[in-house]
Amino acid sequence: MRPKTRQHLSQNEPLLFERSSPGKKAYQLPQLDVPAVDAVKALGEEHVRDEIEGFPEVSEVEAIRHFTRLSTWNYAIDHGMYPLGSCTMKYNPRINEIVARLDGLAWAHPYQPEALSQGAMSIIAALEAALTEITGMDAVTLQPAAGAHGELTGILMIRALLESRGNPRRKLLIPDSAHGTNPATASMAGYQVENLKSNGRGMVDVDALAAAVNEDVAALMITNPNTLGVFEQNITRISEILHAKGALVYMDGANMNALVGITRPGDFGMDVMHLNLHKTFSTPHGGGGPGSGPVAVKKELEPFFPGPRLKRSVDAWIWNYDLPQSIGRVRAFYGNFGVLARALAYIMAHGSDGLRRATMDAVLNAIYIRKNLDRYYDLPLDAPSMHEVVFSDEKQARRGVRTGDLAKRLIDYGFHPYTVSFPLIVKGALMIEPTETEGKIELDAFIDAMISIAHEVEEDPEMVLKAPYSTRTSRVDEVSAARKPVLRWRPQPPAGKAAD
Amino acid sequence: MLSVCGVSSIEELFDSLPPEVRLSRPLKLDPGKSEYEIVDYFRERAAENANGYASFLGAGVYSHYRPVLVDTVVSRGEFLTSYTPYQAEISQGTLTAIFEFQTMVCQLTGMEVANASMYDGSTAVPEAAMMAARITGKDRILAARSVHPEYREVLHTYAKHQGLPVVEFAYDAESGEVDSSALEAGLDENTAAVIVQTPNFFGVLENVDRLAGIAHRRGALLVVVFTEAVSLGLLKPPGAADIVAGELQSFAISPGYGGPYAGVIATKEQYMRQLPGRLVGETLDSHGNRAYCLTLSTREQHIRREKATSNICTNQALIALMATVFMTVYGKRGLRELAEQNLAKAHYLASGLNTRFSGRFFNEFVVKTNGRSPEEINQRLLDHRILGGLPLGRFYPELNDTLLLCATEMSRRESMDRVKEVLI
Amino acid sequence: MYPENLRYTKEHEWVLIEGDTATVGITDHAQKELGDIVYVDLPKAGASVQAGKTLGSVESVKAVSDIYSPLTGEVAEINELLSSAPEKLNEDPHGTAWLVKLKMSAPEEAGQLMHAADYQAYIGE
Repeated sequence: MRPKTRQHLSQNEPLLFERSSPGKKAYQLPQLDVPAVDAVKALGEEHVRDEIEGFPEVSEVEAIRHFTRLSTWNYAIDHGMYPLGSCTMKYNPRINEIVARLDGLAWAHPYQPEALSQGAMSIIAALEAALTEITGMDAVTLQPAAGAHGELTGILMIRALLESRGNPRRKLLIPDSAHGTNPATASMAGYQVENLKSNGRGMVDVDALAAAVNEDVAALMITNPNTLGVFEQNITRISEILHAKGALVYMDGANMNALVGITRPGDFGMDVMHLNLHKTFSTPHGGGGPGSGPVAVKKELEPFFPGPRLKRSVDAWIWNYDLPQSIGRVRAFYGNFGVLARALAYIMAHGSDGLRRATMDAVLNAIYIRKNLDRYYDLPLDAPSMHEVVFSDEKQARRGVRTGDLAKRLIDYGFHPYTVSFPLIVKGALMIEPTETEGKIELDAFIDAMISIAHEVEEDPEMVLKAPYSTRTSRVDEVSAARKPVLRWRPQPPAGKAAD
Repeated sequence: MLSVCGVSSIEELFDSLPPEVRLSRPLKLDPGKSEYEIVDYFRERAAENANGYASFLGAGVYSHYRPVLVDTVVSRGEFLTSYTPYQAEISQGTLTAIFEFQTMVCQLTGMEVANASMYDGSTAVPEAAMMAARITGKDRILAARSVHPEYREVLHTYAKHQGLPVVEFAYDAESGEVDSSALEAGLDENTAAVIVQTPNFFGVLENVDRLAGIAHRRGALLVVVFTEAVSLGLLKPPGAADIVAGELQSFAISPGYGGPYAGVIATKEQYMRQLPGRLVGETLDSHGNRAYCLTLSTREQHIRREKATSNICTNQALIALMATVFMTVYGKRGLRELAEQNLAKAHYLASGLNTRFSGRFFNEFVVKTNGRSPEEINQRLLDHRILGGLPLGRFYPELNDTLLLCATEMSRRESMDRVKEVLI
Repeated sequence: MYPENLRYTKEHEWVLIEGDTATVGITDHAQKELGDIVYVDLPKAGASVQAGKTLGSVESVKAVSDIYSPLTGEVAEINELLSSAPEKLNEDPHGTAWLVKLKMSAPEEAGQLMHAADYQAYIGE
């Protein structure tokens, strides 16, 4: 097979501040059509600043070259497979970028009259309806800005519901396989965390759960499929155990890409869940954001939604602020609307069949990788995989090569690494999520790369330990970065050799 | 592929799911649509919103021109379709841009360190309050009523379950500035932070140095909020603050019906380890070349779990990149000129109007409606295809005869003259 | 490897007792497990600490470990060296990279601590 990569030139580029020269500019303001105002007179001398020291001064060409050169130092989905487990790095259709930028949407001010916002409000309503159907829940809020923000919203709603019943309770149960955001959210919502150990198959241990649930437990936060990519076989039983003691089940929907169109959390007993539109519904990750973390709930939780809520009056959409039981606002305005529009466009393009098909392809791709690699990499758990597969570095660690090293070597083969060392319950985890985006050609290339690396570990582990070799930046010294943090540029020569 | 997987159909891959949880019908959604139909649907929706109106709405969301370069850069797949730069070797583009962003935020705000962005300004405020509580070991927050009302609502939601009572204090009814005697009276030994905004929600400038003095005398930190980042091109940076929490929407981020935007938190170096969110630091690679990586991650949820500084995971990298490109395009001189144009337009608009407050203002101010209802004025402006100001009675019952008006470099003289005609 | 004059805990701290003062550090085994140490968080002088409760924490790039106080008492002195040079914990954990000196208020607690041979057996070295 033809190798996936070959070297090409990579342009050097200094920081903006080093590239600046006094007087250069990349802007043109219109002629002022009103009298100029003396800033010192209007604002008072004490309020007027000196020049912004160090701020860039570059020409338009320099500006575009600067960012274009920087961009070429990134790996992206547009380059190839990005199998970062739990992150669902799927293709981002460009039509979504077009629709979100239409003038009437992009320039809509959140305080413009409702009568002149009906288009934006209909989009929100349409997405709420679609996500309600997809999750099988009763209602959705699109306010939260990201998954972790959705978790906080959902847990605060659980607290509010329990409070209305007389006792908010003290604890949340969280499996040891959970994302770190779950326990962090619990403490932000004022709950103590009790960790639940997984059983030998990486699933919630039902007996241990039953023993842990009592009148002190507000809810279980569960990820399903869990972070091992395994569907919780006893999910219905799990929700019964919680409900029997008056507690609720919160589902982290990070892995919803394994479920859409196949099964619905609302149908298997989940009370509250969040979705990550930037994962399951393809809105661009953008180097780490923006995201959007809608929260879907069962009817009994609906009164506690953050405000405002969209409501249909006779012939128009209105925002309802009269929500006496609401947990309050979780952010200004109505949510990351631009992200919502993109997600709706994705759902429309796929339709009912297309969404189901995407789920099936995502699962097929993960299992295909598992079947091809399980001879070369240790599979710590034998439970069936869904959209992602988790190996461990046990075989390679015997040669002194750990998951992080394997990941760096994968870069040389032209792939973004999988998720390294997560979930924590697997020592030396390699968490691989191909998504439905990849076809057989890219998957086979990835599989070949992983097999080739497994051979390299046997033959020349030292070589693997120093990877990557083909990137413009070699292994980065994260230890020095953390010991002596340099978090901003200052006008002095940098230590070491300059990159330019 | 199916045979490798040991199945004869894809459906079989789901045999492990308990039958009772399987969805036995198709989702009730429309069939998939073509690109053309989708664009058409969104065009129709866009047409139902205000189009082609002159706008004098501000109140935390500002209509500034978006230089063409911004979308050119952020549309590049390398920025658009990458994720959090965990793998530094193949993420130097995003990492370098964030390092530049952190630097420019420091230069603008007079702070020493800034994080890689927050969801938005409204969520940055409670994060800053929680940070102040960690630093001081105290547990009470004082927030000015002249901080954006929706930001304060978010602060109340977050603080409620953290044992962090939030008490609000008054603005001076004449000047619109913080009422410093109310602040003095509200401060006690348990106060972790005083939160003020400048320009405040009424557009009025606050004296940060004086407020910092008052807060510091009682051992509280001063948190300064900003919602109009363009003002920093002209206004003295809030260097006396301990924490600055702001919204960068003004920097080439579309109003977009409320989001996505990018917030930021900046602070003094001594409080660096209490910052929430991602941080990018400078280091070297194994060949001695300058390189960047995510750093001080032990503050974050994926390592410290329930003891983390926040549950925040994503930042707003792409939106922060928009702001970075904007700051680059305008640069040292341009941002000041842009701010001066905003100042000139707003002061032109205000001249001759019955302004409610006497305090100094940048590009936003409160005007009295002279016996008519603010809604009636706005209705008349709509007839001229003008979106008027925000009626403040919605958030401040005592100001129910006022409008909050904003002018930017995009406000034309003819529209401003029309607003004056209707208001006078 | 593990000096005879020190006493050890199961959480991998060591203690040197001189009069009513106890110097506390982390063991060589602990620093190896942690890898490159990048930050040390210590209490302020004057703080009171309880045996078995958190005294502070040490951080590597991707992990945080709590340090538990082996004894009850008051923090008399902290090792300022570690704030500027946390790497010393990797280089000299039993010597210059001590963490804090405690004024013991319950010296009898020291009887519970392990001797070097027992600690070595405990960690299997």
